[in-house]
Amino acid sequence: MEILKTYKIYIGGAFPRTESGRYYPIVDASGSTIANVCLSSRKDVRNAVVAARKVFGGWSEKTAFNRGQILYRMAEMLEGRKLQFLEELTKQGSSKEAAALEVQESIDCLVYYAGWADKFQQIASSVNPVSSSHFNFSALEPMGVIGIVAAQETSLIGLVKFIAPAICGGNTAVVAASEAFPLCAVTFAEVVHSSDVPGGVVNILTGKVSELAPAMAAHMDVNALVTESLGELDKPLALACVDNLKRNLAYQHAVPQGLQYITALQEVKTTWHPIEQIGGASSSY
Amino acid sequence: MAKKNTANSQTEWDYAASPESTSHIRLEKKYQLFINNEWVEPSSKKYFPTINPATEDVLAEIAWATDADVDKAVKAARKAYTEVWSKMSGAERGKYIYRIARMMQERAREFAVIESLDSGKPIRESRDVDVPLACNHFFYYAGWADKLEYAMPHKKPEALGVAGQIIPWNFPLLMAAWKIAPALAAGNTVVLKPAETTSLTALKLAEIIKDSGLPPGVVNIVTGYGDTGAAIVNHPDVDKIAFTGSTNVGKIIQRAVAGTHKKTTLELGGKSANIIFDDAPIDQAVEGIINGIFFNQGHVCCAGSRLFVQENVADLVIKKLKARMESLYVGDPLDKNTDIGAINSKEQLDTINKYIKIGKAEGAEIYQSDCSIPSKGFFCKPTLFTGVSQSHVITQEEIFGPVLTIQTFRTIDEVIQKANNTPYGLAAGVWTDKGSRIFNLTTKLRAGVIWANTYNKFDPVSPFGGYKESGFGREGGVHGLSAYLK
Repeated sequence: MEILKTYKIYIGGAFPRTESGRYYPIVDASGSTIANVCLSSRKDVRNAVVAARKVFGGWSEKTAFNRGQILYRMAEMLEGRKLQFLEELTKQGSSKEAAALEVQESIDCLVYYAGWADKFQQIASSVNPVSSSHFNFSALEPMGVIGIVAAQETSLIGLVKFIAPAICGGNTAVVAASEAFPLCAVTFAEVVHSSDVPGGVVNILTGKVSELAPAMAAHMDVNALVTESLGELDKPLALACVDNLKRNLAYQHAVPQGLQYITALQEVKTTWHPIEQIGGASSSY
Repeated sequence: MAKKNTANSQTEWDYAASPESTSHIRLEKKYQLFINNEWVEPSSKKYFPTINPATEDVLAEIAWATDADVDKAVKAARKAYTEVWSKMSGAERGKYIYRIARMMQERAREFAVIESLDSGKPIRESRDVDVPLACNHFFYYAGWADKLEYAMPHKKPEALGVAGQIIPWNFPLLMAAWKIAPALAAGNTVVLKPAETTSLTALKLAEIIKDSGLPPGVVNIVTGYGDTGAAIVNHPDVDKIAFTGSTNVGKIIQRAVAGTHKKTTLELGGKSANIIFDDAPIDQAVEGIINGIFFNQGHVCCAGSRLFVQENVADLVIKKLKARMESLYVGDPLDKNTDIGAINSKEQLDTINKYIKIGKAEGAEIYQSDCSIPSKGFFCKPTLFTGVSQSHVITQEEIFGPVLTIQTFRTIDEVIQKANNTPYGLAAGVWTDKGSRIFNLTTKLRAGVIWANTYNKFDPVSPFGGYKESGFGREGGVHGLSAYLK
């Protein structure tokens, strides 16, 4: 007798059920139920935002090197659980080849961003030669709490490709999984959980996108919303983002690797640091 | 310009008036719209007056552009983009921008005088800050035009197309430069709308643009009120909206473009913290506080309007601050002695006075310098409020005038929390002798620009822009280019 897995959500480093007590069934191609997953509520979104905000300071102040190590650890854990992801993907309708490709892409994506963690700052920041006695520099800082709606047509890569660049740059994330293919999202939460990622940095919810995404877009303590073409939902989401001028990144088609996905979730901060001017010594001393 | 002595002032200075001459400036009685390098009548045939806020005299009549005029301007910009500007090499584009920069330098004084006449800002500021920075901005971005591939690593830089740009009245020419220069360098064409109270220097810039031989339609300037701006924002053939102004209008714009292909950058309001530690060079810090809040009559989006002073030096700082306020000259913007000029409009003066009234009603203690102000025109005495808390309206909302609120703090943690406790995030100032403390604070303050032991410094190479509800995107420096590139 096979022991079936209970698919729960992931908030603040714990695996609760949705506070609403609701669920929805996931069925395979033959129509039989393969899992009951949480139909998360707006309240779950709010709880997840609180958890994400609470750890934002700690996560963003970790060294870039350390964040890179943790992302690499996530790749290791994902590699170790490859078979489970392959099985879940095929259960949800992927071909074996497609499943293998998707898992490999996801691992590669994590390794890719692991490498960027302590490098993107060097590429995207600047020292600015101002015409006054100041050392003026512009450096990147994470935006804060990012709402992410996973690309909906895939179960794993559509989630990983948005989470990795967000947390690589020191942000924390509240993620709505693919509504139709949510299984890998929950299993990926277990990967996150076992990879030294502090609880609350990544929070993953399953449920209706039409319920979760507007809640994220309207939340006043979410700094940015990342989505991939949700059709008719795009415009209302864009409108809801305006109330706190949330950065609204609605990608048409996002690829799993790219520096721009990190920098899009960073703010540029410019500092004018004084340079002492005493005496007449010139550089020819 | 007479200055009374008072119990608070430590010195009594009285200078003979030293007004800048206006004999050399050229102003038309009536200004048309600048479309396709030509001066065209607005289809409405309507004009509105622009006045000198220091005297309330009419300076000129300005054309009021309608939807049809904006459409004409956008069509001209699109044609110029498709047929000329997008095909031109970056090096050639750069040469035009360099030429504009040089012609502005040649006519710098005329621009400064007109800017002070039209906006009310002191001639010292328009002459030494606004106009030179505007020229330098063109000069800086001119050099980027043929080097765009270095600006964005591993991306093929591509212009967006037609940029609609809407600018405020506080730095009229400088904001025009901040908008036009990077847009042209990146290969876009432009439809720009100046603020209705300060159209003149943008129209003088149009003269230079025409003289420079810039291909027709590359830069179009349409004047008018909010309805003209809305026509730009809502025009379907505009690819990019760049806006500087209030957070409220920024949100209206953002809602209007939701669901369209238009990219936006918004440079909006602020309520920036200026933080004085007990080890700061106090006299220098007092100058910084003055400059932070009274520069340009406080009409500065990044004004240091929330002052935080460490408790053990608060009495000393406030005493010195009041004494320094007494020595500020409020009056004729064209007088070279003037520190604080005219409030830009009657409307803005009413807003400021409304907030002063609210502050008093909230129980805060008001102090205003004992200066005389001219009987005509729109003027406001430098004002500070003590005894305020985080919850006061005057510490939360942007006043956009010469009004400072003062709070005290004991520890670094406390001041960081207080400073960040605002929906805005444009700028902050930190005054301390300790370099390591500067870096500690600069990483913890959630704002786009941090000035250490200085305030309100600007430079074309230095990216400027906000966090949170102060907007998004950067202007200036290499980061300012990405706002105009795909």
